[in-house]
Amino acid sequence: MTTIAHHLPALQVIVPMLTAPLVMLLKPAGLARAAAIAASLFAFAIAIAMTMGVLDGHIYTYRMGSWPAPYGIELAVDRFSVLVLLIVTGASSFALLAGQRSVDADISHDRQPLFYSAWLLALAGLSGIPVSADAFNIFVFMEISSLASYVLIAGGSNRRALPAVFKYLIMGTIGATFYLIGIGLIYLMTGTLNLEDMAQRISGVEDVNPIIVAAGFVTVGLALKAAIFPLHVWLPNAYTYAPNTVTVFLAACGTKVSIYLLLRFDLAVFQGNLVEHAFHFAAFLMPLAVLGILVGSTVAMFEKDIKRLLAYSSIAQIGYILLGASLVTIAGLTASTLHIFNHALAKGTLFLAVACLATQCTGYRLSQLGGAAKKMPWTAGALVVSGFSLIGIPGTAGFISKWYLISAAYEQGSLGIALIVVLVISSLMAVVYIWRIVESIYFGEPTSDLSSVREAPIAMLVLTWAAALLNIYFGLVPELPVSLSSSAADILLGPTP
Amino acid sequence: MIVLFGIFLLTLLVITALAIVRNDSLYAAVILNGIFSLLMAASFFLLDAADVALTEAAIGAGISTVLFLGALALTGELEKSPTKHRLLGTAVVAIPTLLIIFAFFDIPQFGASDAPVHQHVGPWYIEKTPEFIDIPNAVTAVLGSFRGYDTLGEVFVVFTAGIGVLFLLSARPLARRNEPFVARDPHKGLRHYLVPRVVGRFLIPFIFLFGLYVQFHGEYGPGGGFQAGAIVAASLILYSLLEGERRCLVVIPSGALRWLVAGGALLYGGVGVVGMLLGGNFLDYNVLASDPVKGQQMGIILIELGVGLTVTGVLLSVYHAFAGRGKL
Amino acid sequence: MNVLGLFYYWVFAVLLMVGFYAVIAKPNYVKKLIGLSIFQAAVFLLYITMGKIEDGTAPIFQAAENVYSNPLPQVLILTAIVVGISTTALGLGIVVRIREEYGSIEETDIKERDRK
Repeated sequence: MTTIAHHLPALQVIVPMLTAPLVMLLKPAGLARAAAIAASLFAFAIAIAMTMGVLDGHIYTYRMGSWPAPYGIELAVDRFSVLVLLIVTGASSFALLAGQRSVDADISHDRQPLFYSAWLLALAGLSGIPVSADAFNIFVFMEISSLASYVLIAGGSNRRALPAVFKYLIMGTIGATFYLIGIGLIYLMTGTLNLEDMAQRISGVEDVNPIIVAAGFVTVGLALKAAIFPLHVWLPNAYTYAPNTVTVFLAACGTKVSIYLLLRFDLAVFQGNLVEHAFHFAAFLMPLAVLGILVGSTVAMFEKDIKRLLAYSSIAQIGYILLGASLVTIAGLTASTLHIFNHALAKGTLFLAVACLATQCTGYRLSQLGGAAKKMPWTAGALVVSGFSLIGIPGTAGFISKWYLISAAYEQGSLGIALIVVLVISSLMAVVYIWRIVESIYFGEPTSDLSSVREAPIAMLVLTWAAALLNIYFGLVPELPVSLSSSAADILLGPTP
Repeated sequence: MIVLFGIFLLTLLVITALAIVRNDSLYAAVILNGIFSLLMAASFFLLDAADVALTEAAIGAGISTVLFLGALALTGELEKSPTKHRLLGTAVVAIPTLLIIFAFFDIPQFGASDAPVHQHVGPWYIEKTPEFIDIPNAVTAVLGSFRGYDTLGEVFVVFTAGIGVLFLLSARPLARRNEPFVARDPHKGLRHYLVPRVVGRFLIPFIFLFGLYVQFHGEYGPGGGFQAGAIVAASLILYSLLEGERRCLVVIPSGALRWLVAGGALLYGGVGVVGMLLGGNFLDYNVLASDPVKGQQMGIILIELGVGLTVTGVLLSVYHAFAGRGKL
Repeated sequence: MNVLGLFYYWVFAVLLMVGFYAVIAKPNYVKKLIGLSIFQAAVFLLYITMGKIEDGTAPIFQAAENVYSNPLPQVLILTAIVVGISTTALGLGIVVRIREEYGSIEETDIKERDRK
């Protein structure tokens, strides 16, 4: 019983969490950074180990303090959780490894130990959510990750980061409190906090009105955290003014974890126990998803700042994820969870490339990036590859999830055709906004003297290209994410009748 | 009688809340917020939640008031612009409230012993605490052991807030990046005021002692690390108010505070890891001693100590960060 | 007892409303944080109310056989109170920095200054 494999779910969280206080005490910034990278890579390795475990058919459960659920807190890792864990730990490792330049630019050396400590806490919080099987425990880890993210974003050197982060703090706390109210109402009606126990006992509740209201609170609270249109207003500025590495990390996985939780709750806990819940869920989320896709893409088409452009594109991409989920079919959810993975990959790479550009360019406006490709061909190349993946060009990861999404929508008859039209239009819009970036870095007129501009540091380039190649790899060999997401869909919808 | 008292408290709560929102002076709003917390603590006490009442009083009425005042000293005391989005605000607020009221028609009666809350999980703690842990305070048992992982998370929330404030307030203001940064005069304090000084100095040892009592008596009565941490921090903050920042930093220098913050969190996590190394699960205290019940008690005392250290450290660091910040 | 019970839940709803309103409608950042703490305190009241059992006492075992209230909501709220003060502390830290950079803590002023 006491082999390492048995402890993996707990180690996933406590390794970064307990490294955080140590990192804070380390005086030299380089040492703090090294310790943070080591912990993050270790967490990544644990996530990979658990992925291999679940692919072999293992389901990890862990009793904290050895107390049986639902009395103690239980951890449970299945194929859906590992998908999210891979994104979180992978994004953190890539961003940390590539991030030295960006962190040095924004944060003085004496403050860096605190920064890296907060980073590890964000990592621990974000991994604590998919690992946990207890509703209140998830709240606690949500707060760890949120508070740590606020700290990370506030590290940005532009003063606008501060009002942006304050807005995020207010909206994030409202979201978390809504979630807490929802959990409270469910607890009031069922007496339990364990997710599985909750799902069972909800089916035995006679007066379902409080449960329906609770479902509403949980969904809206998590939608706030996940930046689902129209509750996304905190996201663009937070991503734009955060330090570049932080944007890489959070854009890849920050909102994804909330979406994971939203799907877990609405589908695995409420679905099947509440009459017509699927209908309510779809009726609530599908219009928001469609609007989010269209509005996010439109704003991105006209945005002048590259980071903000990509942030608005994230709002559209979150729309894709929800659109798949709102079909409430196996195919739709497969597409949705697959897109969680692929979008994290594409957007993470894009922001990594932006971080490379930022080491040389004077600002983030598209005009200020003019002609950068001539001096930084490798960075520009990675930007193009990941841009293709975001648009969904065949041969990239983005294509696979778009393809699954379109085929899932096609099953739905005439409604599906309308959705496919939306998908096609928004893909064309994505072509437009990615083209605007490509145009300015390849063909734009330089606004300042480019003679001192050199290629980004080699370590950053290697990592950016590694991420870009992963976009192609998972576009050509998509078995791993596809098998994880199709079993995630099975887990969410339960055994098909 | 209790019914009347409860209704009285709740009515006062609502009135205070309205007064807080309507008041233009932030200073008054913060003081009213302290009163709000005290009323809330009294209501919790009526609802049999002694531990929560103690925490709300120490943290809500005590520490949070001090932090708000510390921030106000740096930001200004008047709310300038008028309320905006009145209609929008009311509409957005009305929807969830109406939904909740709708839900309340179908919930179990207040205090009914056949409510699901009193049928499932909850009674198990009451029943099993004497057997597994054998301490009188069931809240401490659940907090420290049955749901010890939550409490670990909670310590790390406090820890995150602590390093967050240190991180934020160690930044030089952009406007003054080139000037030497002058911290506020550390000698100030209430040293020249005789009455507060005498009364305060008389109180400090008692507050401190009470904090220690709350820390180590948590297994038997209401109390534990969080409350104790807040109380101990309050006594040191009082000392610093009376004697000035610098004298307080001599007692506990900021380097030591960092160790306190990190050390408490590590002590808690360390107890969990030791459980793992001794062959149990993470945070399994049964394996700490040959007798599982003794192990549980030992584990709870240790983790409560970790909680107390981190909470004291974080609250003091946050206070010093605010108090030592020069005003622009 | 029933009047009181209903009253607790109603007061929860009212406090929730008051706090939430302050967060949304007040442009002053400190006021928003105070509103947020009222908003959270309302939720504390909800949890503690549901843990109460008729004729119960605090879940601290005494010699005599008693009916004890449910310790679990109390534990959850202990955690939530600490989470609340942590959020407030961090929020105040951000407000202080905003004041240093912008010279104001009013949302309207800051939007105006960012537009320049």
